Amino acid sequence: MDYVVIFVVLALVVVVVSAPLRSRKREEAAESAERAELEAARDAKYREIRDAELDFRTGKLSEPDWRALDRSLRAEAVGILRRLDDLPTSEGDARFP
Amino acid sequence: MVAGRACLIVALGICLYGIGASVYGARSGRREWVASGRRAVYALAGVSLVAFLILQAAFLRSDFSFALVTSHSSTTTPAFYRATAVWSSQEGSLLLWLTLLSLWSSLMLFATRRRLREIAPYATAVLLGLGGFFAILLVFYASPFERTIGPVPAEGVGLNPLLRHPSMMIHPPMLYSGYTLFAVPFAFAVGALVARRLNADWIRHTRPFTLTAWFFLGMGIVLGARWSYSELGWGGYWAWDPVENASLMPWLTGTAFLHSAMIQEKRGMLKVWNASLVLATGVLAILGTFLVRSGILESIHAFGASTLGVPFLVLIALMTAGSVYLVATRAPQLRAEHRLDSLLSREAAFLLNNLVLVLLCVVIWWGTFFPLISEALTGHRHTFGPPMFDKLTVPLAIVLVLLSGIGPLIAWRRATVANLRRNFVVPVGVGVAVLALALALGAGSRPDALIMFAFAGFVVGGVGQELVRGVRARRVMAREPVPLALVSLVRRNRRRYGGYLVHVGMAVVFVGIAASSSFAHERDVQLSAGDSVRVGGYTIDYVRPTAKLVAAPNGRLERIDLGADMRVARGGEAPRLVHTERSYFPSVGPMLGPVSRFFEGESTSEVGLRAGLERDFWITVAPDTQRLDARVKEGDRVFTRADKAGALTDTERNELLGQALSGLAGSYAKNPPAATFRVLVSPMVTWIWLGAIVVLLGALIALWPSPRAVGRRVTAAYAARVGREARVPA
Repeated sequence: MDYVVIFVVLALVVVVVSAPLRSRKREEAAESAERAELEAARDAKYREIRDAELDFRTGKLSEPDWRALDRSLRAEAVGILRRLDDLPTSEGDARFP
Repeated sequence: MVAGRACLIVALGICLYGIGASVYGARSGRREWVASGRRAVYALAGVSLVAFLILQAAFLRSDFSFALVTSHSSTTTPAFYRATAVWSSQEGSLLLWLTLLSLWSSLMLFATRRRLREIAPYATAVLLGLGGFFAILLVFYASPFERTIGPVPAEGVGLNPLLRHPSMMIHPPMLYSGYTLFAVPFAFAVGALVARRLNADWIRHTRPFTLTAWFFLGMGIVLGARWSYSELGWGGYWAWDPVENASLMPWLTGTAFLHSAMIQEKRGMLKVWNASLVLATGVLAILGTFLVRSGILESIHAFGASTLGVPFLVLIALMTAGSVYLVATRAPQLRAEHRLDSLLSREAAFLLNNLVLVLLCVVIWWGTFFPLISEALTGHRHTFGPPMFDKLTVPLAIVLVLLSGIGPLIAWRRATVANLRRNFVVPVGVGVAVLALALALGAGSRPDALIMFAFAGFVVGGVGQELVRGVRARRVMAREPVPLALVSLVRRNRRRYGGYLVHVGMAVVFVGIAASSSFAHERDVQLSAGDSVRVGGYTIDYVRPTAKLVAAPNGRLERIDLGADMRVARGGEAPRLVHTERSYFPSVGPMLGPVSRFFEGESTSEVGLRAGLERDFWITVAPDTQRLDARVKEGDRVFTRADKAGALTDTERNELLGQALSGLAGSYAKNPPAATFRVLVSPMVTWIWLGAIVVLLGALIALWPSPRAVGRRVTAAYAARVGREARVPA
């Protein structure tokens, strides 16, 4: 029984670990990785925009500071969105209007 | 057994392969090797989980052919505790460490498989390096799969009775989850430094794991405190024990990192500080395991001590030297993007909070290692002692609570007088009101406690005000009714309001600590049945002694309980019966007689506890068993003579032993000697546990994925709307 367990574990390890070396889907993976990276950056930027607004409304940011911060954050968000839309589209995604 | 050992060897092989594949993939830019390295972590998780399950199964079926099962379990150990006995042993806990590390690492690497592409391969190598270290220990130094030498015994030594407590079922896995999860931000910090990708991306992606580590470690610390309070029988929840301190230190630096990381995310500042903090937290997490496992310092956790000190020291030295080298050589890239605008700003408050947390950690580190340092310098081992710890940490804790109130209120960049007036008047008013209330209740004799109560009131007032203002702002923006606005506000800003709730919980915890340590009444008293005593406003009557034999489900005798029923009344309240007892577990020492082994083995206290929001009544008994000595020795002689004559079968012997012990217990109950009681009346201890629940709830809120993260793939059309609102020229 012990040896069966050892054989099965070893076989599974070899299959799991060597799978990427046998795969041909490398380019696709690179594109989806970049999209995921940008989407995460976009989400973080949206959160920063919301945070800044709540800070302003609860008195932790003066209005001039908030407006300047909000402008720069939104500009950064748009930059990320443009880079996202420059990526080749996958099925189901809409283009930047 | 062979399969378990083979799994560990395969685990070590996987670690070595994965490190090579990850580093080669990162250096050569061949992503398939990086992916293979990442999958090595998944494989490591699978293999170590199989090994762990093999060991767990051996414990559950009491397979005494495993040496580890023989030395840490028995057929009389209840199944619930047999399942947890795995990590009561050094070997089992190292295997648990490896399993948890590989599982958490797999989760993190799976979540970031398409992100942090430059950093992740190096982080993978670091995580596999740590996994490899534990695999080496398990293969070469402390194998959990050793076979029992000689014939397989019918019975094992049993689980240390002190560990037979429900919180011990989850306390170690919680602590180890915290330690292993802190390895994730440590590894990604190393990866970011090696790859020179030093923006806030790695902080943002590892943040859920840092917060989860903080959550689990905090939960482990609280469970340990609860165990100490209700099981150890000394009356406290925190003893400044080296192993307790070891778990607190990474939690403190982790707390500091969670705050200062916000400054880096928002302002691009404190990069060196953040990298140093997270690296220190990783090292301190290993130090925690080292202190439990090395036995270099005297600890109530001595049951975990062993001789693995040297390998751990080597690992800690490597981690520390590597961290210092990486931070020093990357200093130019770690320059801040902005400077501190004003000392009256949230950034400054966070920085101060960080300094206090780190100072607390340094004090605790110094106090913990002082015995070793003093021995090295003077040849004599001097201890720091709880009074010294209290003296140094209480002022820092008071400042910390104050800062946790200021942080959520003060403005970013630069606070104006108008901002200070607008945000601080109400919370200061609440703090002053609490101060007045505490004075009216007679707390004026302890200024430190008084200040803590006032600052805690300030924190709660500030967070309350923030919630009210946030709800108002939400209502203006979304025109929602108050309850819906509150839910929407928290749901859309989980990180912020979860954090605020954590501050409230910590304030409540500190109120409980301040009250219970400043205004407790404690007394050791000797009573005979029928005697009375008054402690802390309670009248306590020793009603009657109790004695009983407790058998395990398989019929074997598990322990003898000698206790006392006490009648307890306070003021005009109706008296209540409180029971406390001491349980005596048999020793397996070969030199002890069959009767005396029950009084020479481990014993545990069952605390009589009446807990309430106002105060806890806590009592333990230490029965005087010396009066039974003559009868115990006589019993041993009878059995020795019978054994020599070969007059008894095993069944007869067990029956006779049961009768002898039953007679002893009956004799104790009928003609009890005076017993020593420890009585403790502590105000507001329950607040500590309630506050901890609030802290954990706040952490859960902060951890819960935001709606945006859940529905990650939003359409570009929605994004365009944000673009239009931003009014940025195309």
